[in-house]
Amino acid sequence: MSKHPKSIQRSRRISLIWRWVLAVVLVTFSIFPVLWIISASINPVNDLANQKLIPDNWGFQNFQQLVTNPIFPFFTWLKNSLIVSTISTLLTLSLTTLAAFAFSRFRFKGRQGLLKAILLIQSFPNLLAIVALFTIVKQIGDVVPWLGLNTHAGLILVYSGGAMGMNIWLMKGYMDTIPRDIDESAHVDGATDWQVFWKLILPLLRPILVVISILSFIGTYGEFIIARTLLTQREMQTVMVGLQIFTAGQYTKNWGVFAAGALIAALPIMIIYLILQDQIVGGLTQGSVKG
Amino acid sequence: MAETNTPSTGEFTKKTIKGAGNLLTALIVLVVDIALGWFAYQLFRLGYIPIGICIVIIIVMISVAFLVPKAHMFKWMAVGLSAWLLFSIFPIIYTIYNAFTNYGDGHLITQTQAINQIEAQTYLPETGKAYDWIAYRSPENQYLLWLKDAEGNTSLVTPVDVEGDAEIPLVPGENGIGELDEDGAPVAIEGYTRLNRILASTDKNLTNIKFGDPEKTIQVRSPSEAAELLPLYAYDAETNTFVDQLTGRVYYDEKGTYVAKTGQRLIPGYTAIVGMDNFVQFINSPGLRGPLVTIVIWNFIFATGSLLLTFSLGLLISIIYGDPKFKGKKILRSLLLIPYTIPSLITILIWRGMFNPDLGIINRMLEAVFNISPRWFTQPWLARAALLIVNTWLGYPYWMLVTSGALQSIPGDIYEAAEIDGASGWQKFWGITLPLLLVSVGPLMISSFIFNFNNFNLIYAFINGGPPIPTATTQAGYTDIIISYVYNLAFASGRGVQYGYASAISLILFVLIAIMSLLQFRFTNMWEEVGENV
Repeated sequence: MSKHPKSIQRSRRISLIWRWVLAVVLVTFSIFPVLWIISASINPVNDLANQKLIPDNWGFQNFQQLVTNPIFPFFTWLKNSLIVSTISTLLTLSLTTLAAFAFSRFRFKGRQGLLKAILLIQSFPNLLAIVALFTIVKQIGDVVPWLGLNTHAGLILVYSGGAMGMNIWLMKGYMDTIPRDIDESAHVDGATDWQVFWKLILPLLRPILVVISILSFIGTYGEFIIARTLLTQREMQTVMVGLQIFTAGQYTKNWGVFAAGALIAALPIMIIYLILQDQIVGGLTQGSVKG
Repeated sequence: MAETNTPSTGEFTKKTIKGAGNLLTALIVLVVDIALGWFAYQLFRLGYIPIGICIVIIIVMISVAFLVPKAHMFKWMAVGLSAWLLFSIFPIIYTIYNAFTNYGDGHLITQTQAINQIEAQTYLPETGKAYDWIAYRSPENQYLLWLKDAEGNTSLVTPVDVEGDAEIPLVPGENGIGELDEDGAPVAIEGYTRLNRILASTDKNLTNIKFGDPEKTIQVRSPSEAAELLPLYAYDAETNTFVDQLTGRVYYDEKGTYVAKTGQRLIPGYTAIVGMDNFVQFINSPGLRGPLVTIVIWNFIFATGSLLLTFSLGLLISIIYGDPKFKGKKILRSLLLIPYTIPSLITILIWRGMFNPDLGIINRMLEAVFNISPRWFTQPWLARAALLIVNTWLGYPYWMLVTSGALQSIPGDIYEAAEIDGASGWQKFWGITLPLLLVSVGPLMISSFIFNFNNFNLIYAFINGGPPIPTATTQAGYTDIIISYVYNLAFASGRGVQYGYASAISLILFVLIAIMSLLQFRFTNMWEEVGENV
């Protein structure tokens, strides 16, 4: 406290310098893999062994490979991923919003028990029940083929059915913060439950709807193990399954093409993050975890 | 529904509309119920009883929700709960059930299917109804067989596995059939060569081909005779046994496999309840138990290590750079957030390439600078270290975001009071910041721990559990965690799939996760939140 102002200034400068040094180290750690994959994607040398951080000469051959390579139908996979994630997200969103409305606005027997059960069941990773999921989808498909194995509809159902728990809780928690006086006065005016939900509550839910749809989209887009188990045909698979299978083979010889694919596949999610960063941060602190 | 003595037309219209609405609802529910009923019926018909029952429950739930006025609140969640029941609850119940069965390779089908398959196995009798035969062969090695039985009836048959009619009518001029000789056999068939005795007896394929209907197959027995195949095993439904028609040996049903007294087994077996066998097998076999001990210990180390590393790094960043006077804070935060914005599977695969011991950039740099080249993928502890490094990279941005939010909510006057008491920066951190932080982010730490406890994606995509544990009798590696070990038990090829056993271990994991989750719910106010509102 009794230091000379000059020495305070000096110690502050030193602290600033080591902060910047540390920042450089941290940023290097954080962006190194990304820089490296960008460099690999534009490096005509396809082999992992000969990759350099700054390629000797560069071009877009790897990206062209993605379009032309028949054993690597990359853009079909990307399209599949976008379709499956979008529909699952919309389905999850409608199912959970409706259910959450009932949990938030009505009082009935079994409400507590059901809410607790939903939360507890949610904490079991559905990967553990993957044999059962596989069998269920197979048996459903034996009766209704377009819902069975190797269909996007079957995968979408599995995703939507498995995503109920946390989302219902997030949604219900948010609805509980909307005062019930609003709907009570509407009820007095003769509005039905549906009118209250559709005209009054739903418009107020926008922020939480955004959070749940982003988290749900990112979750289904990045999932690969259930998709891999249920979708066996190459053209039906999602982009994450495709990339994973790709690296299971002779990936070191095809590193450049993989890098180009990885970059494009990462793009939709990166864009979502950049645009909606603040909403995502809000949603995270409410309890969802991504590794 | 509309009452006749309504006081006003407005009221009347309202009620009529409501009545019509109710009728429409009932009609839609009826249609949905019929569709689901048909679905359930088909499932039962195929022998898929449990999932059929599940659909019946869904039918009841939807009907009650929409047709019973008192249960109107369930309308809102009927569809959601149906999906939840089918794809969240039912798989768990099914997994628990599987844990007590032998479901897996050799036992994948139902008893009826297994009996049918065993009954379809045939043998060629030494004696019995015999035919004269003449074979015809095409250049592509397609065969036709002409037959004549003791009564003089003739026929021309195709192999069992060829699509289309089993028998071709013996009419000259049709289907390329030429003139018939005195026995009634075609002299020539278009596209085929009639084989004489020598050609026929030297043909390698002919004696192995089954001709005719699947119900009544005929095979060439000797150069002069063909004969009808007979079922090898006769099933006795009363005693649930098979008898071998050649040797007379009896096979008894033993927990899903038909076994003779002398130990021979019939293939295939069927899925049967085996009680505690899977658990007993686990306790008795060192090759199964040994790896699991290693795996469980590593599982806890991995989850704890990941949590500590990601939390500390995240917290460190938000403390050092949380200072509002620090310039470039915003751009720094964006750069440090990058690991979080890429789907984790993609970055895991990138790290896998970077850690490649021979070709990866990390070892090439280490070699250039320190002249060392660690074997990341073959040394157990190096592989584990690499996993922790990658997981730190993946996870710290989350904690950076969470802790910077939580730090802002700690009131500043507490620090001022501490400063007046002469507390140092270090003391303030341990005495104020950390305890207050732990209270607010504690629940998130537990869910992060659970998440990493089951972080299948990282283990599987980065290294697939390797390097392998040499003493293990199933596929198990030094970096496997329970969930990846279970997955390999169920799906890894090579040693055959063992769904039943995998489910038994899943059950153990279920219990562990349930304990951790309940712990988490106790720490959060989630349980209480439900209580207060009722």
